[in-house]
Amino acid sequence: MTLEVQSVAVQRGSVPVLAGVDFALPAGEALFLRGPNGIGKTTLLRCIAGLQPPLSGVVRMANGGAATDEIAYASHADGVKPTLTVAENLSFWASVFGASGIDAALETFDLVELRNRAAQNLSAGQKRRLGLARMLVTGRNIWAMDEPTVSLDAAATANFARVVQDHLARGGSALIATHIDLGFDAKVLDLTPFKATTENAPEFDEAFL
Amino acid sequence: MIALLLRDIRLSMRSGGGFGLALAFFLIVIVLVPFGVGPETSVLGTIAPGILWVGALLACLLSLDRIFALDYDDGSLDLMATSPLPLEGVVVVKALAHWITTGVPLTLIAPVLALLLNLPQDGYFWLLVTLAIGTPALSIIGTFGAALTVGLKRGGLLLSLLVLPMYVPTLIFGAEALRRGMRGMEAGVPLLFLAAISLAALALLPLAAAAAIRINLR
Repeated sequence: MTLEVQSVAVQRGSVPVLAGVDFALPAGEALFLRGPNGIGKTTLLRCIAGLQPPLSGVVRMANGGAATDEIAYASHADGVKPTLTVAENLSFWASVFGASGIDAALETFDLVELRNRAAQNLSAGQKRRLGLARMLVTGRNIWAMDEPTVSLDAAATANFARVVQDHLARGGSALIATHIDLGFDAKVLDLTPFKATTENAPEFDEAFL
Repeated sequence: MIALLLRDIRLSMRSGGGFGLALAFFLIVIVLVPFGVGPETSVLGTIAPGILWVGALLACLLSLDRIFALDYDDGSLDLMATSPLPLEGVVVVKALAHWITTGVPLTLIAPVLALLLNLPQDGYFWLLVTLAIGTPALSIIGTFGAALTVGLKRGGLLLSLLVLPMYVPTLIFGAEALRRGMRGMEAGVPLLFLAAISLAALALLPLAAAAAIRINLR
């Protein structure tokens, strides 16, 4: 269940941002992606989640399977529909991913009392918790998360760190782009050395865009 | 898939979902035409098939840009693209949801509004049949257009320009079948063409639309 990323180069808006990114993420481990704004953390995560093809290199599972079938992706945006209630939002994703129920996820992120409230009446932090609860109902092993703690308060951040550690303990893994310290030990990958330069940027054909 | 269909129908029924928009537009157009054209019932009866079809088509066009734009803006489309749902299936379900919330109500209300245009008595059956067969094509072609322009801010103008030429065959055959049926002439051929357009759109455009979304999400 190891995710392998081998010499991957990615581009954002036809500008190469990262090149030669190499790492492996075995089951039960977390990896923090760090680096200054604009280095390409989001772009790399989108590439690993399968939303855009890498310019070069491969993203795959060590056992040869497709990485996109194992990864649950959480973007900056939570994908929450404002006119649906918390339970309706989460139930939709649960049935998309074939999960049985949403009660455990609601409880984990302390959303039980809000379950019948329309998502447009949630605070930013509550909405983010709803977005994170979606990860639990996906039932997937590898979590690729982009700045998951934005707008969470200290208690919710600590709770989120516990949820990630539980996920790791169950044999899952997590790839998290974040600037803050979640308070548990994990490998850190600083993306600064992989910044694409004109020399190591691979050739590509603009016509294919 | 069914969850997505139910979600989209529910979203369009809730406030700000735009469910009534197409219907209200259709109503306004059909109510205003007799005022503009004048009260001669023979003239109104002659132009009724064309006006009803053009009205329905424009009403359909009005809600197209919401099909993918809202999901794109709040990130749902990214999450759907990384979920087990095939994007082709998402496109079909989105088109179906659009048809259920736009095409079906338009088809059902059209005979009532046709009274205002003095549509000849034989025309009502054909109005229902041609709209029921033709509006699926409008929804599917429109979903394809929405997929092409997803991610563009204020892409509505481009969407209309892209979609209108593709709507022309549907309009021609739909209105022609209705006109022939209304006069008691043989209407089978344009009706078959109309059905062929709907089926071809259903067969081909979801693949093209899914490819367009994949490129637009990069």
